[in-house]
Amino acid sequence: MTAAVAERQRGIGSAISDVFFVRPQLLTFLLLTPPLLWIGVVYIGSLFALLLQSFYSLDDFSGLVVHEFTLSTYKQLFEASNAQIILRTVTMAALVTVTSAIIAFPIAYYAARYARGWSKALFYLAVMMPLWSSYLVKVYAWKLILAKEGIITWFANVLHLRWLLDGILALPVVGGPSLSFSYLGTFLVFVYIWLPYMILPTQAALERVPVNFIEASSDLGADPRQTFRTVIFPLALPGIVAGSIFTFSLTLGDYIIPQIVGNSRLMIGQAVYTLQGTAGNIPLAAAFTVVPMLIMAVYLWMAKRMGAFDVL
Amino acid sequence: MSSNANRTTPLGLRIAAIAGLLFLHLPLALIFLYAFTTEEKSFEFPPPGLTTKWFETAWTSRPDIWPPLYLSLQVAAIATVLALIFGTLAAAALSRTRFFGRETISLLFVLPIALPGIITGIALRSAFDIMSIPFSVWTIILGHATFCIVVVYNNAVARFRRLNGNLVEASMDLGANAFQTFRHVILPQIGTALLAGGMLAFALSFDEVIVTTFTAGQQTTLPIWMLGELIRPRQRPVTNVVAVFVFVVTLLPILAAYYLTREGEHTGGSSK
Repeated sequence: MTAAVAERQRGIGSAISDVFFVRPQLLTFLLLTPPLLWIGVVYIGSLFALLLQSFYSLDDFSGLVVHEFTLSTYKQLFEASNAQIILRTVTMAALVTVTSAIIAFPIAYYAARYARGWSKALFYLAVMMPLWSSYLVKVYAWKLILAKEGIITWFANVLHLRWLLDGILALPVVGGPSLSFSYLGTFLVFVYIWLPYMILPTQAALERVPVNFIEASSDLGADPRQTFRTVIFPLALPGIVAGSIFTFSLTLGDYIIPQIVGNSRLMIGQAVYTLQGTAGNIPLAAAFTVVPMLIMAVYLWMAKRMGAFDVL
Repeated sequence: MSSNANRTTPLGLRIAAIAGLLFLHLPLALIFLYAFTTEEKSFEFPPPGLTTKWFETAWTSRPDIWPPLYLSLQVAAIATVLALIFGTLAAAALSRTRFFGRETISLLFVLPIALPGIITGIALRSAFDIMSIPFSVWTIILGHATFCIVVVYNNAVARFRRLNGNLVEASMDLGANAFQTFRHVILPQIGTALLAGGMLAFALSFDEVIVTTFTAGQQTTLPIWMLGELIRPRQRPVTNVVAVFVFVVTLLPILAAYYLTREGEHTGGSSK
């Protein structure tokens, strides 16, 4: 009896399997449909809804959204105050990206070419742990470090370098009342938080540089400096570009870090957050989000041309 | 290989690499230190005194910590299960065949983490507005699952690529049907990758704040509670105690995930 049931069940299972075997496309289709529906409907659908809103406008008198197609909201992006927010954010993202690349390279280079066995595992974990550990906890750690009464001021006093710290804080644009209320502070936290995203792809690219390329280079008479400049660095570049996708994109969209460590001048993320929240100006908020989307679309297109996706 | 091992490391490189790693790790140590400070109004360094009383305070006299913790655990658990199902299906489909539009679809699946979180957040929120969906646990889960799918997908797709096709064919030749092959041949091989992906997804969801602020409405998850404490602090060391807890809760799954995927990735790397 049970054997018969089992036999019949197997029969149904096998029958379905036969269909899949004859039509493998059908199985792919069945597997792909649920996740594709989720991403397609929930995510892409929401993105289009957002994009649509950016073509509406806010009535200045009633404070209500006018559901008529207009480009006036996009025109507002070019007003001085809004254009400044965009310029400020893009400059910050560019500086953060370049600095991360400079700090990340020695770590990635050491991990890829010198670390072996246990030290390699240690390096990998040492980069993975900060990458995955809590974002807010990391930001909070920097609030502790940069506070006026915190460890940096203490160190400056101990080393008799207080004049240097005060001098840096007195600088016009980057300074402020204390590091935790300055652009310099915001910049440091951004570099810290996104650094692991730069290290991993750079390391992956460096590991793919064949050893015999380097040997060939030195056999042909290049000194280590030339080998680095003409062989290793060009081959590592796609990795750096891949890492920069993350550092750039994440800096463009972040609104928590400049809110907790920074001054009152807004970044794109903060502008979007305040516009959609207290101001209720969803159209302008939506138009603002189109800026990072466009920048990232161009960035991704260039990165793809440089072969950065092969490293991801 | 041998010429590599014999080379000495340039001193400058070694210093730069170690300094970089210290930069990545020292700040986190301060979180632990400040959980024991006696000073609760400022971030004075060095701490004027050390105490363990904040752990007790957090445990007994701060009832505002518990509901956000339960909500975060609930959201992370459900989002992880959804991500495991959808992420595995997507990885299985995209790794088994090549078809027109495959590249586009795989780009589609990584988009939720390639675009800044704020875009995902505001897009979902305006979609909820348009469809008049009220905020609930499910709106939070919807947002979290969307980017957790990516994590599971990435982990699973890497393992599916290494899956030996001969074993599947052998299984079929020996009379197993598609379901039996999946259960007895494919699942044991991708199991650890799925577990690792699930753990990373859990850690990601438990810690997420950017998308959550848009999809939570008035609800408070643990990261949103922490964000509130960062902006309007009271009993700062208690926030540190919670931060230490969050750090450990996210770290353990990460280490476990590393342990689970370690062998495969390492042999893969050394054979290149």
